[in-house]
Formats: sequence, structure tokens, C-alpha cells
Amino acid sequence: MTSFFQNLGMGYDAAWFTATIAGILLIALPLMLAVAMIIYAERKLWAAFALRRGPNVVGPFGVLQSFADGLKVFLQETIIPSASNRGLFLIAPIITFTVALMAWAVIPFADGVVLSNINVGLLYILAISSLGVYGVVIAGWASNSKYPFYSAMRAAAQMISYEVSIGFILICIVLWAGTFNIGGIIEGQRGHVFGFINAYAFNPLLFPIAVMFLISSMAETARAPFDLTEAESELVAGYQTEYSSMAFALFWLGEYANVLLMCALNAILFWGGYLPPVDWAPLYLVPGIIWFFAKILLMFFIFAWVKATVPRYRYDQLMRLGWKVFLPISLFWVFLVSGYLMFTGHFA
Amino acid sequence: MIQLISFYIFASIVIAAAAMVIFARNPVHSVLWLIVAFFNAAGLMVLIGAEFIAMLLVIVYVGAVAVLFLFVVMMLDIDFAELRAGFVKNVPLGILLAVVLVAELVLGIGAYQAGAVKLGTPGAGGATVSATVPNIEAIGGLLYSKYVFLFETAGLILLVAMVGAIVLTHRRSHGTRGQNISSQVQRRPEDATRNVNQPVGQGIEL
Repeated sequence: MTSFFQNLGMGYDAAWFTATIAGILLIALPLMLAVAMIIYAERKLWAAFALRRGPNVVGPFGVLQSFADGLKVFLQETIIPSASNRGLFLIAPIITFTVALMAWAVIPFADGVVLSNINVGLLYILAISSLGVYGVVIAGWASNSKYPFYSAMRAAAQMISYEVSIGFILICIVLWAGTFNIGGIIEGQRGHVFGFINAYAFNPLLFPIAVMFLISSMAETARAPFDLTEAESELVAGYQTEYSSMAFALFWLGEYANVLLMCALNAILFWGGYLPPVDWAPLYLVPGIIWFFAKILLMFFIFAWVKATVPRYRYDQLMRLGWKVFLPISLFWVFLVSGYLMFTGHFA
Repeated sequence: MIQLISFYIFASIVIAAAAMVIFARNPVHSVLWLIVAFFNAAGLMVLIGAEFIAMLLVIVYVGAVAVLFLFVVMMLDIDFAELRAGFVKNVPLGILLAVVLVAELVLGIGAYQAGAVKLGTPGAGGATVSATVPNIEAIGGLLYSKYVFLFETAGLILLVAMVGAIVLTHRRSHGTRGQNISSQVQRRPEDATRNVNQPVGQGIEL
């Protein structure tokens, strides 16, 4: 895109700058739209799972429901509790929202279509997702209220716990792909299984960690059944309790942008990203972005399915799953995968 | 051009944030300023082409260490008046520390400029930043060949520290009852409930 702006007669610096800003807008604005639509889709899905109708009043089939909600929230009064820490109280939702958008910078939507093709792409995503916890923790503390504070404590413990096993799972993938570059990881999956299936997940050695990664990503985004941070039966609404209006909406948008990001990561790391499912020439006629979005939506369907059917975990069960089940298994799997790759001469 | 602007932005934010860590009244604010400083230091690392170190800085310090800091500081109940009361008493110690740090800084810069320490200078061997070899490969190549014993020693020290921390904190307290997951998983509806077909008008004997 830089060269496009250079052709318009800009210098390199100016062209690069304009291209980057344009790229950011090209990702962020459709992402916001996608979040609005995905909230609608999820509500419809839950309704279907519960044999209800779901939103069906605003617009055809209720498609515009999210926009109506957004408008409603926009017109509401922002209430800031007098005992809260005003500055941090307002910064917290902004952090959640911004961090949720930042990670998309390294996600390739099709072959070569990526805002920033950096060598440490996967580490960048890990770094950014580890920032996500601050929005919740700061919100919980700045509210100066006990349920949000409990929620912040839980969020901090929960996200750190699952990041550890996610880290080990990513190491397995990186070992196999031989690169931290996300485009490289996707290309490494071309014809990976039997020479024609484009997915790490169908590799019997990697399938268990694909499942573990799916579960860990649900815990990392604090989605049901791991939504202990906003468990309404225990903590009112968790860290969001004191929030209203746009601040609340920013949490909401950030949360769903994070869920979409985790779905995209699942699709990229284990299901071949923008590659078609099998390495067969006619399938490449469909643009990569469509395959990628189809995979994201499939992962999102699984997320919604789980949220609609699985009851919430108890807190000690959550911690036990993270530290006593996932951590040893993922650590062992790093050992297993690197051992396998070494004996088969993959590194030679 | 853009590098220069970013350098001055990152560097001034690092310094300002570091100053705010000290000057902020509220310890939670101090930790948050520390996080800002870490984050911008990572930006500086990116500028000199050490992207791997930058990411590690964010993952390890911002993502884990600072969260634990915040965790602890948030739970403290701090009396700010009492905190400031000790100022006069601690001033001599503070000044001494400041003097030592400044002296070290000056010495360090002097030694670096004298060329006595071959760190980061081209031609010191191995540790140059190459545009073609990714950071991670370069660091990995060094760690597993030239510095393999130092690397493994560091790993061993960390392992010992970890074991030590677990031994110190893990004590089985009496009188508490932990969750027994396997017995919970094996529990079936038949163990806990009983269906009775009770005639109308009669109570149930439990």
C-alpha cells in the first residue's frame, strides 16, 4: 500500500505514514462492524440453543439490534461513582478496547495482506494479549467497590494462569513451523497432513494441543464456562458493575473483539488460516480472506455453542485445570513435539 | 526521520513515567506508571532492532511481573500520612543511594566510551544485529553454542529458586479441607438423590 501512495506523489515517509493509518482504519472499522454483527449472531445462536426466537424486532430478522443497542448506550448518561478513582475509572475501558484492536496488526487476512509482517508476530500477539488483563484489573480497582475488586483479583489470576499453558502450546506450533512469523506459520501448514490437508490440527501429534488451545482461549478471554470475572450469581456483573453508557459499551466491544481475535488465532495456528482446507488447485480460486473468515466464524460458532451449553466452572476447578492439568500436559507436549522433530530430522 | 521522532517520544515518556513512579502519591498509580515505562522501553528496543527483547520485555515484565506487583499493591491498605512521615528519617539513606547510582552511571558511561567494555560495539563478535537474520535465530544461535553453560546455569538457578519458593509457601495447614476432584467427578445422581412414588396426602420419611 505504501507504493500506492508513493505513486500519488508522496515521499516515502509520508506515504508510509498514510498507508499505515489507512491500513489501521481498514482493519479497525470493519472489525467494529463485525463485532456488532457477531453479537447479533451470537444472540441468535443462543436463542436457537434455548429454543427461543432471539432478537427479531429491529430491522429484518433483528439484524440491526446491535446498532439499536449501541445508539441506546450512546445516549445514556455516563455515571462515575464519587468514591471511584476518576481518571483510572475512565482509562480502564479504553485500555481494554485499544488492546483488543492492537493485536489485529499482525493477523494476515490473505496471502500477504497484513498490516505489519513482523518476524515476532506470534510473540507480539502473546505480549498484547497479556496486556488485556490491565483493563479488567484497573476497572476493578478504580471502581472502589467490592465486587468489581473481587472480579479484578480473579481476572488477574485467571489470565496469568492460562497464558502459561498458551505459551507452551504456541512453542509446539513454533517448533513445527520453525518461525514466529504468522504468515510463515500459515505457509508451514500447506499440505501438512498426507501432503494435501492444510491444517496442523489434523496432525495426530498436534490435535490434542489444538483442543487445549481452544479451551485455553476461552479461559483467556474469560468466556463461559470460564467467565468467573463477571459471574452474575456471585459478583453482580464483576468488573463492569459500576460502569454505564459508553464506558460499558467499550468493555463490551473490546471483549468481543478479543473473542474474534482468539477465534482468528485458532484458525491461523491450527486450521490453516487463509489457506483452503485441502491443497487442491480449484479451491485456491476462492479468495483467501473468505476461507479465513469462514474458519473464524466456525470457531466462533464453537465458542457460542460452548457458552450456550456448558455451566460455569467453579473457581478452584478453573485454577486446577490451568495449573494441574493444562500446564503439565502442554509442558510434556513441548518435550514430545521437539523430541519427535529431532528424531525425524526436521531440524537438519 | 520517523525513527528520530519515535526515539524522542519513547525516551521522554520512559523518563517522565519513571519520574512519576517516584512522585505519584498512590502506590497503585506508581505501578501503573512503571508499566508505562516498561512499555515504552520496549518501544526503544524495537527502535534498535531488538524486537525479540522488546516482546520479551512486554510479555515478562508488563504481562506477568507488573500484574503481580499490581496484585499485591492493590491489596495493601496504605496510610499515606504515615508513609510521608518517615521522609526526614530516610533522607540520608536516599541521598547516599542517589550518589552511588549517579557515580555508577558516570563510571559506566565512561567505561563504555573508553571502549574497555566491548558490549554492543561492532566487531565485538557475535552480538551484532543483522538485518537478514531474525533476532530470535541470532540469540538462539549464541545461547546454545557460545553461552550454553551460562544459559543452563541460569536455568538451573531459576529451577532452584522455583523449588525454594514452592517449599517456602507450600505448607499443609491442618483443619482445612481441600477439594477432592476425583470423588466429585465419580459422584452420580443415584448417590445423592432418591425417587419415591409417594401416595397423595402422606409425608415423606427422610
